[in-house]
Amino acid sequence: MNLMEYQGKELFRRCGIPVPRSQHCKTPDDVAAFIEKNPGKWVVKAQVLMGGRGKAGKIKFATSAEEGCAVAREIMATPMPPNRQNPSGEPVNSLLVEETMEIDKEAYCAITVDRASKKPSIIVTRFGGMDVEEVHEKHPESFTYHFVDTASGYWPFVGRGLAFGAELEAGYRKQFPAIAAGMYDLFFRYGAKLVEINPLILTKDGRVIAADAKIELDDDALFRQPELKEWQAVLPLDEDEKLAAEAGLGIRNFRRFGGTVGTLANGAGLAMGTMDAVKNAGGEIANFLDVGGGADAQRVRNCYELVVNHTAAKVFFVNIFGGITRGDEVAKGIVTAMKETTSRKIPLVIRLTGTNEEEGRRILAEAGMTPVQTMDEGAKRAVELAAGA
Amino acid sequence: MSIFLDKSSKIFVQGITGSEGSYHTGRMLAYGTNIVGGVTPGKGGRKTTHGLPVFNTVKECIEATGATHQCIFVPPAGAADALFEAYEAGIRFSVCITEGVPVHDMLKIAGATPGMRIIGPNCPGLISPGQSLVGIMPGHVFKEGNVGLISRSGTLTYEVVDGLTRAGLGQSTCVGIGGDPIIGTTFVDCLREFAKDPQTQALVLCGEIGGSDEEEAAAFIKERLSDTPIVAFVGGRNAPPGKSLGHAGAIISGSFGTSQSKIAAFQAAGVPVADRPSQIPELLKERLAARV
Repeated sequence: MNLMEYQGKELFRRCGIPVPRSQHCKTPDDVAAFIEKNPGKWVVKAQVLMGGRGKAGKIKFATSAEEGCAVAREIMATPMPPNRQNPSGEPVNSLLVEETMEIDKEAYCAITVDRASKKPSIIVTRFGGMDVEEVHEKHPESFTYHFVDTASGYWPFVGRGLAFGAELEAGYRKQFPAIAAGMYDLFFRYGAKLVEINPLILTKDGRVIAADAKIELDDDALFRQPELKEWQAVLPLDEDEKLAAEAGLGIRNFRRFGGTVGTLANGAGLAMGTMDAVKNAGGEIANFLDVGGGADAQRVRNCYELVVNHTAAKVFFVNIFGGITRGDEVAKGIVTAMKETTSRKIPLVIRLTGTNEEEGRRILAEAGMTPVQTMDEGAKRAVELAAGA
Repeated sequence: MSIFLDKSSKIFVQGITGSEGSYHTGRMLAYGTNIVGGVTPGKGGRKTTHGLPVFNTVKECIEATGATHQCIFVPPAGAADALFEAYEAGIRFSVCITEGVPVHDMLKIAGATPGMRIIGPNCPGLISPGQSLVGIMPGHVFKEGNVGLISRSGTLTYEVVDGLTRAGLGQSTCVGIGGDPIIGTTFVDCLREFAKDPQTQALVLCGEIGGSDEEEAAAFIKERLSDTPIVAFVGGRNAPPGKSLGHAGAIISGSFGTSQSKIAAFQAAGVPVADRPSQIPELLKERLAARV
């Protein structure tokens, strides 16, 4: 779960990371009312999950209530333009009105999970306010890392070492260790996979402040944070994620690709392997679908209808290799689902093997369905059917 | 021989009375795994439907049964707790099947359980065919032999093994290391063990997009296992960048972790990469023939 900037900054405040004074607003009128009461120079920022707000004209300045209202309208009038990461764009549903800062320097700091060392990794570079991947291409030597020993935890020496190592401007040095401490605290307290401050600014009057906040929380840890789970309600899901949730699947278990061969497999690895097999057989994939561990009749039916009604699939390739999933249950699920569904019928190609496969095959045979033996064979049959249909 | 697990390994199951724990305990027993008991707090003193003793704590369980290896089927919120309890009681080998364990729990486990071998979490477990199966793998697709296998995925592993077995290539040990960002045992950890195992004559590595585990494995192979016949496979070539597909691990970001980067790393180490799982047996046979 990715947080909006205003949500991230709320967590920053709770963890003692300095942020600019701000107000979260849902309408242009709210923006005007806030500036009316708090005269000054304010910046109005679109609250979206996508990056590149500045370039898209979604961050604007205002010095009066009227101006605030006008720029707010302008920002909210159009969605964020699509990019490679989010091809459907993103509507602007709220704004953050924030005090403007006199910026002297901009740096970058993040904490994330490092797979290789199995430790939290703190990353600092003195180049902030830019796309971090671009900085990494141009100035790879500017990055300094510290892998924190979780047994001893974070101590100020870590922050001092990073500030010196990254050659942060002298003005950063005294305040940086406390900011990194706040990030480490947040990382564990809220179960974050990424906490990123870009830019971490040094103001002309010598303060170090988090001017932006990017936080990704671990979905698996949300059960410990009922409050944050509520925050999720305002976060936008893309079309595929919405469809997956409606079908009772995890939001990451379904993706559409525009081809004509619908797929369903159990386990993400096999689901990816199934897509690869269809490609290898010369077909175009309609979707990725990982049905997960259990596949009862209701779930199979939901998946079938999801693919039939929302993709261009002309054939549905079901590829089950049972481990924790039991073949007989899946077979029963398929038979019942096909009997009960009211959606249009497309041909099924079923590959069913593994735990309880004999029983599963028997159930399918009784219902007049013949499973294929191998994944490649199933992919080939499915591609032929899609081409002939 | 085999790695990690053999006939004598004494196993207990945490979460043995839960529906998955109970079902798979039955399957493991049917395979011949030496399961000696289980733990479910509050149900100590009873017997499971398979007739195994249930204990309230890990400590009681290992004192009474002499178990040395554990398999965990508890829900995600309790997985780290189960691992720490076993560690304190002296267990040094754990298989954690549970999917959805918070990544920060695993960071804490990784930093505070030196010397404990953990397979998983979010994994199908491991099997030394003909000897012992710990986890949820369908035992009947495996066959005893000389090929070691390491895989990040569950169901894709069965697919690959099925192909090997049908081609007459049996297995020494197959390890499903799991698809999460933080896992207890990596490709390289397994390679180190396989390198010492006389039964293992050849290896199959089933990787996946995301992370850098495969790249590290390729570097290790180049340095230490250049004479061993090895074939690799990388799943998820048709996954779009920046999207995670199911597995927490299967996400591509930047240049590291793409299928191209992994395939290139394996090829640079002299390891052929199969285009599809069904190609693995013939490629491995070619490598085995070339060695003689």
